[in-house]
Amino acid sequence: MDILLKEVGYSYAKDTPFEKRALTNVSLHIPSGSYTAIIGHTGSGKSTVLQHLNALLKPTEGSVVIGERKIEAGVKAKNLRDVRRQVGIVFQFPEQQLFDETVLKDIMFGPMNYGVPEEEASRRAHELVEQLGLPSEVLAKSPFDLSGGQMRRVAIAGVLAMEPDVLVLDEPTAGLDPRGRREIMDLFHQLHIQKGLTTVLVTHSMEDAARYADTVAIMHDGRCVVTGDPAEIFSNEEQLRDYRLEPPRTIRLQRKFEEKAGITLDAISLTEEALAKNIALALSEGRDSE
Amino acid sequence: MMEKMIFGRFIPGDSIIHRMDPRAKILFVFVFIAIVFIANSAVTYGILLGFTLLVVFLSKIRLYFLINGLKPVFILLIFTFLLHIFFTREGDLLVDIGFIEIYEEGLRQGIFISIRFLVLVFITSILTLTTSPISITDGIEVLLGPFKRVKLPVHELALMMSISLRFIPTLMDETGKILKAQMARGSDIGSGPVKERIKAVVPLLIPLFVSAFKRAEDLATAMEVRGYRGGEGRTRYRQLDWRFKDSLSLLVLAGLAGMLWYFRV
Repeated sequence: MDILLKEVGYSYAKDTPFEKRALTNVSLHIPSGSYTAIIGHTGSGKSTVLQHLNALLKPTEGSVVIGERKIEAGVKAKNLRDVRRQVGIVFQFPEQQLFDETVLKDIMFGPMNYGVPEEEASRRAHELVEQLGLPSEVLAKSPFDLSGGQMRRVAIAGVLAMEPDVLVLDEPTAGLDPRGRREIMDLFHQLHIQKGLTTVLVTHSMEDAARYADTVAIMHDGRCVVTGDPAEIFSNEEQLRDYRLEPPRTIRLQRKFEEKAGITLDAISLTEEALAKNIALALSEGRDSE
Repeated sequence: MMEKMIFGRFIPGDSIIHRMDPRAKILFVFVFIAIVFIANSAVTYGILLGFTLLVVFLSKIRLYFLINGLKPVFILLIFTFLLHIFFTREGDLLVDIGFIEIYEEGLRQGIFISIRFLVLVFITSILTLTTSPISITDGIEVLLGPFKRVKLPVHELALMMSISLRFIPTLMDETGKILKAQMARGSDIGSGPVKERIKAVVPLLIPLFVSAFKRAEDLATAMEVRGYRGGEGRTRYRQLDWRFKDSLSLLVLAGLAGMLWYFRV
């Protein structure tokens, strides 16, 4: 499902003394099936953009097209349930939204709100719990008895259970241990490919953006300043620093290696694996020419 | 929706009202509330209304903003107005359309009560809009000081107040966040039959309570860690400063009372 933001502007608390502008003239196209990472410094407007993707916020200027629906500034939008079913959002610290007596019921809450029959919702819950690497006993437990990491997974399952076409992730791994982070991010990526999802990842982590995304958008001061291919964006260090961002670790290491070894690698390394391969390749080439 | 509410909100500013001592402002409001009841005629209510608008003007808070923020109050206002109009049966009969009968006295009472209500709401709102919650609490703590002798836990009360005030915006933010998260999961508080709406409150309230309790616990720990042990012997970081203009404001109020008394019927 395509999402198109067209010259979107947004002010919080409009027409009061507390009015605060968050977005200015943001245009962004999220093509169907893409994995888009939105990166930017704290307060750059990433989270505000994210809430426009399923009409939780309506633009105060411009328009947002979500699939077939057009949401325009100044026009009252009714019946947004369909849009919200199609676009699932995993908010920052999603474990805060858990409320039901049991994990099972909590995961079923979303799908049942959208009219999925009970058996089907329950089937999805069982499947997701397994997919997310939780023991099946947790289904009968209260979500408040789980550990932080488990709560996070349950909350994510609650969003995935709605089987959205577009999955929007707002720092989904903040506060998790490194291994948990990797597992969850890999799972999202796997789902992205398996189910042909459109994924939008809002993140501080350049490493995650470089590793998983096929398109990267940089937000700065409420504007969407750059969009493009990750290899292109992350190799332009100067531009990144202008927006107070750092290149991912792999690229920093690559640059150091290049400097020390006095050679330039053929490709930019967006993942550890790619970096290892590139370096190995360069080293073997070096040996050949000797 | 909640962004427009102005109850208990503070708008930082630099007007003469903002700079008044909180004690003076609190006293001012209480005395004003008492004075309002002196008024009983068109002239006196006119004076009250004029005086209130003058205070609003001095506070440099836009009247439009004030009126917009107090919308829920106006519903109550209109309701009381209508009650007076329909249920007072004194004076000349003004309108008589079948079952609706409006008497002169009813209309008069309706207008007077509405003005009384309005000036009270305006003045109290101006107090909270121009005084930071911390200053209000400081002011109340000092003003209640004499009651310590009768074992009223003044410091604890003030602390409770400042903590609650401090957490209103935090909880509001959190409510918004959880509301959005549940809306994204298809729960809809804003529409549907009443029964459905009440059911939709549960997924909002439970997470809110859970986090409020967690916050309370964290706060208690943080206070203890930093050596808080009650109000005994505690000094103040913010000193209150009573100036001539504060005394003057109370004098002005006395003048107002005198004027109202004079024009009273």
